Amino acid sequence: MERFIDTFFNAAVLARYAPAILEGALVTVLLSLLIVMAGTVLGSGLACLRAYRIKPVSILIVVFADMLRALPPLVLILLAFFGLPNVGIVLSSFMVLFVVLTLVLAAFAEEIVWAGITATPKGQWEAARSTGLSFTRALIFVVLPQAVRMVIPPLTNRAIAITKMTALGMVIGVPDILGQATTAQSFSANASPLTLAAIAYVILFLPFVIASRWLEARFAPPAA
Amino acid sequence: MSKAIIRLAVPDMILSPAPQGSAATATFRVEALHKSFGADPVLKGINLSVQRSEMVFVLGPSGSGKSTMLRCCNRLEEPDAGEIFIQGDRLTGPGVDLNKMRQRIGIVFQSFNLYPHLSALGNVTLALRKVQKMPREKARVAGLEALDRVGLSDRARHYPSQLSGGQQQRVAIARALALNPTVMLFDEPTSALDPELVGDVLDVMRDMKRQGMTMVVVSHEMKFARDAADRVIFMDDGLIVEEGPPEQIFGDPQHNRTRAFLSRFHE
Repeated sequence: MERFIDTFFNAAVLARYAPAILEGALVTVLLSLLIVMAGTVLGSGLACLRAYRIKPVSILIVVFADMLRALPPLVLILLAFFGLPNVGIVLSSFMVLFVVLTLVLAAFAEEIVWAGITATPKGQWEAARSTGLSFTRALIFVVLPQAVRMVIPPLTNRAIAITKMTALGMVIGVPDILGQATTAQSFSANASPLTLAAIAYVILFLPFVIASRWLEARFAPPAA
Repeated sequence: MSKAIIRLAVPDMILSPAPQGSAATATFRVEALHKSFGADPVLKGINLSVQRSEMVFVLGPSGSGKSTMLRCCNRLEEPDAGEIFIQGDRLTGPGVDLNKMRQRIGIVFQSFNLYPHLSALGNVTLALRKVQKMPREKARVAGLEALDRVGLSDRARHYPSQLSGGQQQRVAIARALALNPTVMLFDEPTSALDPELVGDVLDVMRDMKRQGMTMVVVSHEMKFARDAADRVIFMDDGLIVEEGPPEQIFGDPQHNRTRAFLSRFHE
């Protein structure tokens, strides 16, 4: 028992590396916020673009969405981080993680929002168009608000899943929570920093998980 | 509710039946309208002229093309051939500013199609603000005025889910009215309503007629047609079979198909 506590809850180690984990937490929060904002905006934008049903554009969007949903994000992160410099594009590890996860979230968000757009009744389009709204205005002011409301629960779940993947940044040296924790773990030869990391993740993500439950209830389709 | 409708001051100038003018003076005119869905012809050459302030009622069995005809009138359904004119301006053909033209043709749907994420007022003012670019306050006043015309100015802040079917349909009418259309099209406006809510919607339509609105109504409300219509059209199989004043169509229909159709309603 003593050995267990010393391994996971070593007080001295905990105290020494808490500031580093806190710094890591800031990086994780910043990355997560940026990814969620950029990913949902980009994904919704692509879904809107797809609504115009221009064949070549739609095909490109579908290929993009399917590729990014099929590939493990870690593969993309490694490819981008170790591959891109060879063609003259040097991005920081932070930037690589941000770009890759944003694109992955955008791919999922595109599919989710698109599902919402196609699920919006045809009569909504007709009502909007019959009062003189152009296709674009009908999309922006009538269809998209309804589509987004409809898909908020799956979108929130996906956003949480993707932001948790910021932990993958560790493999390319992003100083996020897990990055800081593994560094601390190798210096201290003790697993306590990883415990700290786990605690930090719970503190950060639990509110989002609870919020998603609330959102799910709030935006649930009205029980007819 | 109906009290609110009756309280409206109504100009009594157009209580007499509208005159049967010629096609040339028509407010709204459809010429040789054709439409097929795939290989299935739905409209086989519809000609229709509607005079100013006239209420034209369109009857016919389901599948006769009534709704398609109506939906072609503002090109929600693209006609295969034929022409549509509103006050002499052509709606069909290339180079027409369809969004502008559609503001002159209000349409009311069977299923209301209110925007569920907007309040009653939001529904009524959306096109005013986003198409006509009316400032917020001016749109609000115009929207409340339109809601008042259907007796629902006290429901402006309510969302569609908080309104009864009849109220929703009246908000939908207000949404179309707010744009000051030249003609209003009604596509079975009361078919989705519980019987006790039908009356309120019909009262609003009667009121609009009294105020001189030009209307084309597809509906199965026979009694209402008899009371309020200036002219009744009977459609079958994509064609206008017979038309005339309601007394004639209901009292002495000339065509077998009209007779057969109407007999089903007299049982």
